[in-house]
Amino acid sequence: MATSSYKVLPGPEHFLPPAAAAMGIRLPNPGEAHIHGEIVPEEKAMEVAAKQFLMAKVPTIFPGPLVLWAWNEKAAQKAKAVRHLFETIKECVTPSQRPMLIPMPDYRPKYPKINPEIEINPNHPNLTIWHNKIDTCMFVGVHCHQANLSLKIIRGGTSCYTIAMCAQAGHEDAMLSFRDATAEKILKLAEWIKKLKGTVGPSQ
Amino acid sequence: MATPSIIGQKNKKGQVYTDPWYMLHEAPRTPSFFTGSEVIKEAIRRASVDVMIAYPITPQSEAAALIGELFAEGYVGDYFRGESEFAVMSECAGAAFGGARVFTTTAGPGTMRAMENFPMWAGSRLPIQMIVTCRGINSPLSIQPDTLEMAYLLQTGMLVWHAETAQDFYDWILKGYMVAEEPDVHLPLALCCDGFFVTHTKDMVELTPADMCLPPYDPYRSPVPCMDMECPPVRMMRDPFVMKSNYISYATHASWQQEVWAAVERSRKHTIAWLDGLIDAENVESDVVIVASGTAVSQGREAVAMLADEGIDVGLVKVKTIRPWPGEEIREATKHAKHIVIPEFNIIGWLAREVKATIPNNERVHAGPHVAGGMTMPPEIIVGEIKSLLGMKVETLATRGS
Repeated sequence: MATSSYKVLPGPEHFLPPAAAAMGIRLPNPGEAHIHGEIVPEEKAMEVAAKQFLMAKVPTIFPGPLVLWAWNEKAAQKAKAVRHLFETIKECVTPSQRPMLIPMPDYRPKYPKINPEIEINPNHPNLTIWHNKIDTCMFVGVHCHQANLSLKIIRGGTSCYTIAMCAQAGHEDAMLSFRDATAEKILKLAEWIKKLKGTVGPSQ
Repeated sequence: MATPSIIGQKNKKGQVYTDPWYMLHEAPRTPSFFTGSEVIKEAIRRASVDVMIAYPITPQSEAAALIGELFAEGYVGDYFRGESEFAVMSECAGAAFGGARVFTTTAGPGTMRAMENFPMWAGSRLPIQMIVTCRGINSPLSIQPDTLEMAYLLQTGMLVWHAETAQDFYDWILKGYMVAEEPDVHLPLALCCDGFFVTHTKDMVELTPADMCLPPYDPYRSPVPCMDMECPPVRMMRDPFVMKSNYISYATHASWQQEVWAAVERSRKHTIAWLDGLIDAENVESDVVIVASGTAVSQGREAVAMLADEGIDVGLVKVKTIRPWPGEEIREATKHAKHIVIPEFNIIGWLAREVKATIPNNERVHAGPHVAGGMTMPPEIIVGEIKSLLGMKVETLATRGS
């Protein structure tokens, strides 16, 4: 397989950016992650994701239906882990930073107008990013198809750094993606944020 | 693939849910002398299919009827006849939306009649498997082998594989579910063969044990929400974003289409692992290389042997998947070739067009020979075309029997 020179970077990239898979970006295997399309050990991605949250002016988590609804025990555990991650980010950032937790409760387009302060939608996620000036976000518990739609639209029209905490095979359209996400993996990311607290901060 | 906990348990027929890799690569095989249609039945016996929907059209009718027997024996969860091919494919979508492993078969005009459904399946990320036993589609009516219908499937967003033999058919039906149901792929698969040549001829096929079967489909790994089909979320259908006239709706739809084709790309990794590559290449250091798919590969192989007897060295590339398209593999396999010969069982030469769009110096491609409408392709005509390309004198076959 040829390696790709394409990099999955914060946008705004294009009027209609390509799917990263179409540009030769491949998904990581178990135990791996990717950063900008390059396959890395998962531990390295933990460190980079934690730094991104600590450096962001508006670090944001977008939980989707797979963790918002307690449809099985694992989902409930993940939801608690996501809440813990959010609380950890709040504890570890400076007062000038504004962490947010904005749900993606379902996938229907919101008409006539979404309220971007309280939700995000996969069909027009850029509206929520723009409105709240979100510069780093993480998707968790979003079905893979809808996550990829969102990630690509965000890359196309915003400068937001995107992270995917995917329970399946990961997302090429995110700038950084984990795969096989569990509650333990989410808690581990929180540990990395605690560990790196104070080592980096938002640019002025 | 299901969670490991199901492996080792038995289904209601006493078959053991078996690790698919073990079942298809390591389990003992039994040689059996079967028609292609019977092979379809034997693969489905082991595929843990929830729903099969049938409609009669030659040459797939026999396979559809045989799977009815499997239903009667209890190997298939549900089975019924649709009202038409269009209805069948719509009903397949409903079953797949609801989380079932779905199988169907079609051919020729049936494929064409149902065509509207195929991009819908792909856009909805439904991993339905459809056997296409290719036959003529145009007027005047022909039920005979012709692969023209495959050209129409290539832009639907479905995975499209082209089996050469009954053995391919058997293995690829089972492996097809493994690739198509991966959460990063999750697309429908059109598993095509050349009707009659594969479906109605007998061949030796190595079968896996009948008491082993694939683990059931797990709809909760789907990249889209599984629907409660007794109470479907109607607004998703009635009020889709595509019905709105604004930039966001258009951009979302475009992004959605890109995601379908991204999933086709992602299938590459899984398909290479399960099929041992997207192509098979033999002797491709030669000046002349035949590139073919389906039974044209078999005829090409015969032609290679006949030419070898005359001291003419020719390579052979068997193209196993058309979507994903093995462009990189074909570029590599044909890099030394001065002449690339592409025999096809259709009049337009869709495989040659795909290859021409892929390789450098595509004037090397010789699109042909072509036969259609049920004609056979004697290896002698491939031999003749290659000799002509090499500037050798050739006797025509057209006057045979005169």
